[in-house]
Amino acid sequence: MDIKSIRAQFPMLTNKTMQGHPLIYFDNAATTFKPRRVLEAMNDYYLNYTANTGRGDYDLEHITDEKFAAARHTIARFINADDKEIVFTSGASMSINLIAFGYGNKYLTPDDEILITQAEHASNVLPWFKVRETTGCQVNFVPLDKQGKLTPENVAKAISNKTKVLAIAHVTNVMAFHIDLKEIARIAHEHGAIVVVDGAQSVPHLPTDVKELDIDFLSFSGHKMCGPTGIGIVYGKYDLLEKTDPFMTGGGMSTGFDMCGDASFMKPPHKFEAGTQNIAGAIGLAEAVKFLTEIGMDNIAAYEKKLRKYAVEKMKALPNVEIYNETAEGGIITFNIKGVFAQDAATHLNSKGICVRSGQHCAKILIDYLGVVATVRFSVYFYNTFEEVDAFIDALKTGGDFLDAYFA
Amino acid sequence: MTMRQIIMDHYEHPHNKRTPAGSDYLSIHMDSVSCVDNIYVYMKVENGIVTDCAFDGVACAISTASTSIMTDLLIGKTITEAETIIKHYQAMIHEQPYDAELLGEAIVFMNTHKQAARIKCATIGWNGASDILEHTHHHE
Repeated sequence: MDIKSIRAQFPMLTNKTMQGHPLIYFDNAATTFKPRRVLEAMNDYYLNYTANTGRGDYDLEHITDEKFAAARHTIARFINADDKEIVFTSGASMSINLIAFGYGNKYLTPDDEILITQAEHASNVLPWFKVRETTGCQVNFVPLDKQGKLTPENVAKAISNKTKVLAIAHVTNVMAFHIDLKEIARIAHEHGAIVVVDGAQSVPHLPTDVKELDIDFLSFSGHKMCGPTGIGIVYGKYDLLEKTDPFMTGGGMSTGFDMCGDASFMKPPHKFEAGTQNIAGAIGLAEAVKFLTEIGMDNIAAYEKKLRKYAVEKMKALPNVEIYNETAEGGIITFNIKGVFAQDAATHLNSKGICVRSGQHCAKILIDYLGVVATVRFSVYFYNTFEEVDAFIDALKTGGDFLDAYFA
Repeated sequence: MTMRQIIMDHYEHPHNKRTPAGSDYLSIHMDSVSCVDNIYVYMKVENGIVTDCAFDGVACAISTASTSIMTDLLIGKTITEAETIIKHYQAMIHEQPYDAELLGEAIVFMNTHKQAARIKCATIGWNGASDILEHTHHHE
């Protein structure tokens, strides 16, 4: 991987400053920067072949249809799915809501159970609470191990024949462990539960093969993987998508309806795509996927692992830093500067030009587990460098002087 | 004391950080969407005078210290005086003209604009107090 030539493709990584310092971006778990070619692909749609999709009455529309279908195909190949198993949404949150409302609300009963964990993002907790409210089912938590990781053993202990849905992140947004998803899915299927995977923090960083993992649903967001905002994906096994109700109804998803209220819907994925789609977003996400594929997801994962290891070792050498997920594999390090409130630490880093996130990171029920009110989250992507980590470490050393940010 | 010492002192030893007993307090819950800050502001108003002001909850150094300083400033003031102090504080935070004489120790937050992302922290308690005072007008 040639980091220098990769970075040159990102306008946000070129000559940007913050607080008088070169901009260093370590909030990639929140969103990622975009390479120029993603923006150009989207502009191409707006500048050269703008039309709506799904009709094909004229040449221009036919071109747009083909580009939109090609985008779906590119994304399907990326996770080893079939094209018809890829549904466009506005992002991972909408994806999970689609599954919860379209499948959960339809099939769960008061005798059933949904299993989640304490480390899930709000978007993989609250939709299931809504399903509980509507259907009367239970939502229970698989205990994490001492380190904060979800293990197949704990899934096996928690699961029962009451369990209809196991909804978990492949990589969580605070703890960032890589779980044995294939084994966990096997255990869930043994008990007749479907496995709904939040891939927002995994698909951008790891090779993902939905067939190999044998998972039932997967959701992810474009903007966390060099794509645009406002576009995301639900992957679903085709037979499950057929059984799932549309989350939204409207134009472009029905085959006919009458004044009595009878309506028939198109087949998946189209039955989930009511209204004009985010065509530029889909095309931009497909371009991002091509970009990631050219670099190689294996290379990306290996590089991020090295970067993480390097950062953890340097942070461990600092007496004023406490790490909460030292043994995790993902490119997220959750920590605090001792004696400094998380947000004050983040402001200190801001004053050095470094972007990190402080707070509860939308995983508010994890805070009980960690036993701290708030943490700072450092998260890398493949365009970060070892030199940027060094600058981050230097800034941490003076974390106790956080009020310098206001008076220096 | 330097400005940063004043902030650290109020952060480590906040004044009036307590939940008052008694039903004669007006209170407001200030829960920031964008950060962890989650505080209650309490005020007792008798005959148009702020006779007590307190706060409690979880907050960063900037919001703890700014709210602590605020409680010191508001206790003993009339509603009108308290509102004037808050108005000048808000003006200072937003780089507008203000009267430093009115603000006492609160002037240590004059540089908040340097870290614009933290304006919410420096004003969360003050906004709460302002809302409470606003409420008193409707019930006069």
